[in-house]
Amino acid sequence: MKDKTDRGGPQVDSSRRKFIGVAAGVSAAMVAPGVILHSVSAAPRSEPVTSAVRWGLLVDTAKCADGCSACVDACNQENGLNLQDKPEGLSEPKWDSQKALWIRKIKLQDNQTGRITNLPMMCQHCEHPPCVDVCPTGASFKRADGIVMVDRHTCIGCRYCMIACPYKARSFIHHDTNDQLTRAPRGKGCVESCNLCVHRRDTGEDSTACVDACAAEGHHAIVFGDLKDPESRISQQLRDMPSRQVREDLALNTGVRYSGV
Amino acid sequence: MAKAVFRASLAAVGLVWVLAAQTVLAADAKRYVVEGSRAAELDSCVEPTERMRRMHMDFIKHQRISTVHEGIRSTKYSLTGCVDCHISYDAQAQPQPIDRPDQFCGACHAYVAVDLNCFDCHASVPNHAGLDAEAQAAHRAAGVKLPDQSGRNGESH
Repeated sequence: MKDKTDRGGPQVDSSRRKFIGVAAGVSAAMVAPGVILHSVSAAPRSEPVTSAVRWGLLVDTAKCADGCSACVDACNQENGLNLQDKPEGLSEPKWDSQKALWIRKIKLQDNQTGRITNLPMMCQHCEHPPCVDVCPTGASFKRADGIVMVDRHTCIGCRYCMIACPYKARSFIHHDTNDQLTRAPRGKGCVESCNLCVHRRDTGEDSTACVDACAAEGHHAIVFGDLKDPESRISQQLRDMPSRQVREDLALNTGVRYSGV
Repeated sequence: MAKAVFRASLAAVGLVWVLAAQTVLAADAKRYVVEGSRAAELDSCVEPTERMRRMHMDFIKHQRISTVHEGIRSTKYSLTGCVDCHISYDAQAQPQPIDRPDQFCGACHAYVAVDLNCFDCHASVPNHAGLDAEAQAAHRAAGVKLPDQSGRNGESH
């Protein structure tokens, strides 16, 4: 980068420089309110999201502890998943497999070497999401900032997206729900999945519930950030250490990456 | 001539009827705003009352698209805003679900026989920590425990 700027040549038109200076000032003045909005955590977003950012996660499986479920618990609490009640007459095992869950803890074992890897599995926020391809109503969609989510106003509950998802990331709400949180609406007959704590994105907070919980446990196994910003911590770590997409053969370009798998 | 007089008198009678009907309607018009809610202390909603009565569903239908798809959460119209402002509390300072037949949304929707589906999915009581300062002050004045201190599972962190 530095080379390029140094190669400017000896003759510099100073009026051009002045103009660029003025232009930079003007654009800074126009952008500044947005920047301020972003830094004040309580101010809700007033401009549409843009594709200038792409949110993503990087999971370092070496740091993901066996038996720890801090990220899952935090996700459940943040998104009101812990407020789901078992309907009467449903058996406990059936309810466990049926209730909505946005993050699953997965344990992988290499049968030849016996090496065990733990990792959290959630919506991978693909650049080319199969769930969006198959949705017949347009309810499953990708937001401009890369978050794949469901517009429950148009979801008809057909569950094509659940079948199309290679990561088993989506859940269906089978029963009437009560006592929802304001930030996390939830209703019978709709599909839902991890939305990277979208309410936090829109109020300018800089992490997700799972990332906060993992850090609070001292593991720091998950990093959240903007994949398009080369200076963000997630981009730097992606540059520094080897990482993979799960099912990279599908060429979905996932927004959630794993290292050590 | 006789025809003209007849027509004029018909018009006059019609006019009187319209005026009378309006007066009766104005007297009869029930206010569904629940006493003790923050809305009861305000002159009008985010738009004049007449406009809100006819168009509130259109306002939030357009707003929900910009919120869900574009992430805009600072709009004048918002369902969260409806609930925060129109909620009322019982003697134990418990918020009363707004879609109940004796509460703001539920009562009017029962009267006009229109299904109210918003609260199948959305919270029918203010269930978030982000109440604005004015709302917090109003709720404190009413002796209401704020949602973030209520010890609800989802809010205890």
